[in-house]
Amino acid sequence: MGKKIILEHDHVPGLKNYEVYRGVGGYRSVEKALKTMSPNDVVEEVKKSGLRGRGGAGFPTGMKWSFIAKPEGVPRYLLCNADESEPGTFKDRYLMQYNPHFLIEGMICSSYALGCNTSYIYVRGEYKFIIKILEKAIQEAYAAGWLGKNILGSGFDLDLYVHTGAGAYICGEETALIESLEGKRGNPRMKPPFPAISGLYNCPTVVNNVESLAVVAWIVNNGGEEYAKIGVERSSGTKLISASGNIRNPGVYEIELGLSVEEFLYSDEYCGGMQHAGRDLKAVVAGGSSVPILPKELILKTAAGTDRLMTYESLSDGGFQTGTMLGSGGFIVYDEAACIVRNTWNFSRFYHHESCGQCSPCREGTGWLEKVLHRIENGYGHWDDIDLLVDITKKIEGNTICPFGDAASWPVASAVRHFRHEFEYHVRYPEKVKNREHFAAEPMRLFMDEFVKK
Amino acid sequence: MSTTQEIQFSEAVVNRINEYISHYPEGRQKSAILPILHLVQEEYSWLSEPLMNKVAEVLSIRPIEVYEVATFYTMYNLQPVGKYKLEFCRTSCCCLRGAENIMDYTLNKLGVKEGEITPDGLFTVIGVECLGACGYAPMMQVGDDYIEHLTPESIDEYIDSRRNAAR
Ligand SMILES: Cc1cc2nc3c(=O)[nH]c(=O)nc-3n(C[C@H](O)[C@H](O)[C@H](O)COP(=O)(O)O)c2cc1C
Ligand code: SF4
Ligand code: FES
Repeated sequence: MGKKIILEHDHVPGLKNYEVYRGVGGYRSVEKALKTMSPNDVVEEVKKSGLRGRGGAGFPTGMKWSFIAKPEGVPRYLLCNADESEPGTFKDRYLMQYNPHFLIEGMICSSYALGCNTSYIYVRGEYKFIIKILEKAIQEAYAAGWLGKNILGSGFDLDLYVHTGAGAYICGEETALIESLEGKRGNPRMKPPFPAISGLYNCPTVVNNVESLAVVAWIVNNGGEEYAKIGVERSSGTKLISASGNIRNPGVYEIELGLSVEEFLYSDEYCGGMQHAGRDLKAVVAGGSSVPILPKELILKTAAGTDRLMTYESLSDGGFQTGTMLGSGGFIVYDEAACIVRNTWNFSRFYHHESCGQCSPCREGTGWLEKVLHRIENGYGHWDDIDLLVDITKKIEGNTICPFGDAASWPVASAVRHFRHEFEYHVRYPEKVKNREHFAAEPMRLFMDEFVKK
Repeated sequence: MSTTQEIQFSEAVVNRINEYISHYPEGRQKSAILPILHLVQEEYSWLSEPLMNKVAEVLSIRPIEVYEVATFYTMYNLQPVGKYKLEFCRTSCCCLRGAENIMDYTLNKLGVKEGEITPDGLFTVIGVECLGACGYAPMMQVGDDYIEHLTPESIDEYIDSRRNAAR
C-alpha cells in the first residue's frame, strides 16, 4: 500500500463531521502555523515540499505563492478552484464530499501564508450536494473558532465562503474563474498582468486547486522535507487519480507519484484490470480529456522502452510524439471495442460547446473540428478530412488568449497521430460505420481486425 | 406578462439574497449574481425576462448585465422545463459505460425527443457535458441530486415513482 495523505482516514465513518475530523487530529496544522510559524515559514515549507499544482498545469505551488504582490492596504485573495469540469476528472469532488474539513484546514494555513483575510471556494454549480457539505463544514469551523476574527488569539482573521458556478468548463481557467466570481461571463483575461499582481477586484490573487490547498495542512504538520521524501524526481508527494472507462474498478485512488502505469491499471488495489474479460486495452487518456491519448504500447512503456510511471516527467517523456501529461489525474481507459474516432468527435463536441467564444481560432476552429469529426464518424468523411483535422489543430494551438485552445487541439492531434488507421477505416468503409449509433460497439473490434490485417 | 414591479420575492428569498451579497466586499454586490440566479430559478423553475430584470434591480446593475450572464452559463433555464429535468451526461467516459443507450432508453420510454416536455408536464430529458461522475457512469442529474450507475430498471423505477407521486 502506498502512502496516504488525503485518504489517510478514508475508512473512518462520518469523517465529514467536525467532531470526527477533530478526533483524528484535524486542525492541528492551524494551531501549529498560527502559534509557532510566520506566514513566510509556511511558504518556505511548501517550497521545500516540492508540491506542484494538482489542477492540471503542475506549476510549483510555493513558487506561485512567492509571486504574490503585497502592496500596503490592498486586500489579497485566495481562491480555491473547485470547478472540476475536465472530462474524466472527479477527484476534487471525492475529497470535498468525504473530507471537507481537510480542504478548509489547508485553506486556513494557505490564507495565513499569503496574508489573505477573505477566501472563496469556487465550486461548479452542478455539485450542489457538495456545496451543502462544504457550507455545513464551514459553519462548524466558524463555531469551533477556526474561522472568523482573531483566530486562536493570533490576530489573524479569515472569512471563507463558497461561491457557486453555473455550468461552464471555462470557469476552471483561473482568470475566467476570477471574472465569474466578479459576476460576469467567464471570459479569460489576457495575461499579463498575472492574478498574483492583479486578480479578483484588481487585487493580488492566488488560484489553486482543491487538492493542492488541502495537502498544505499535511505539509505544515509534517514539514516540507517529509513531503518531498514521498514520490520520485520532481514529482513529490501523492496524487488523487480518478479512473473511469473500461476498467473493473472505476473510482478515486490516492497514489504515490512514481507508481507504474501498469500497476495502477492492473493491480486489484487500483483499477483492477479491464472491465470485460477477453477485451484487451486499446488506449488511455492519462490526465483528463485535454491531454494526448496514447495507445497501449506507449502508455505502458516509453518510446525508449522503460516502464511508464505516474509522474509528471515520465508521462511526458517523449514529448507529444510519444508522450502525454499527468494533467488533472483523470485517467480514462479504452478497451479494444471503443471507437477512437467517436471518442474524438465526442471530446470535440465538448470543446466546441464550452469555448467562451472570445478568440476566433478557438470559437470557429472547435466548431470545424466537431463538424469534420462528425462526418467522418458517421461515414461521410473524405480522405482529405484527416489532414484537415491536423491542420485546424495547428491553427488553433498557440493562437488563443487562454490554454483552452491547446486543450481542444491536443486530443484531436494525438488521436490522428496514433490512430490514423481508425480514421482511414471510417473513410474507406463508410457503410460499416453509418448508423452505428453507439460508442462502444462490439463490431468495431471485429471490423478493425479485418482492416488491420489487410 | 408580468412586469418587474409585480414580482415580489418572498421574505425568505430576500434574506438569502442579502446573505449572498454580504459574502462580497462593499460595492461588489454583482459578484452574488450566480448564486442569486440559482436561488430565483429554484423558486420559479426558469428565468423569465421580468425575473432577470428584477434581479438587476436588486443588484443595482443594468438588465443587460444579467442577460449576459444568464445566457453564458448552461445551468440557467431560459425557457420553461418539465418538473423533473433529467440531465444525462453524454461525454465519452460515460458513453464507454453505456450512457448513450440509457439516454435513448429513457427518451423512448417517455416518447419525447431531447429537450421536449412530456405531455403531463413532468419530464424533460437533455444531454449535458461531463458532470464529474465519470467513475459512476452512466449517470444523470435531476435537480440537486446525482443518480449514478443507471440501468433500465433504475430508470423505470425513477420515472414510475415520480408519475405515481404526481397522480
Ligand atoms: C480550460 C481550462 C480549465 C481548467 N479547469 C480547471 C479546473 O477545473 N480545476 C483546476 O483546479 N484547474 C483548472 N485549470 C487550471 C487553472 O487555470 C489553474 O492553473 C489552477 O487552478 C491552478 O491551481 P494549481 O496550481 O493548484 O493546480 C483549468 C485550465 C484551463 C485552461
Ligand atoms: S482560447 Fe477559447 S476559451 Fe480561451 S479565451 Fe479564447 S475563445 Fe475563450
Ligand atoms: S464523462 Fe460523464 S460524468 Fe464525466
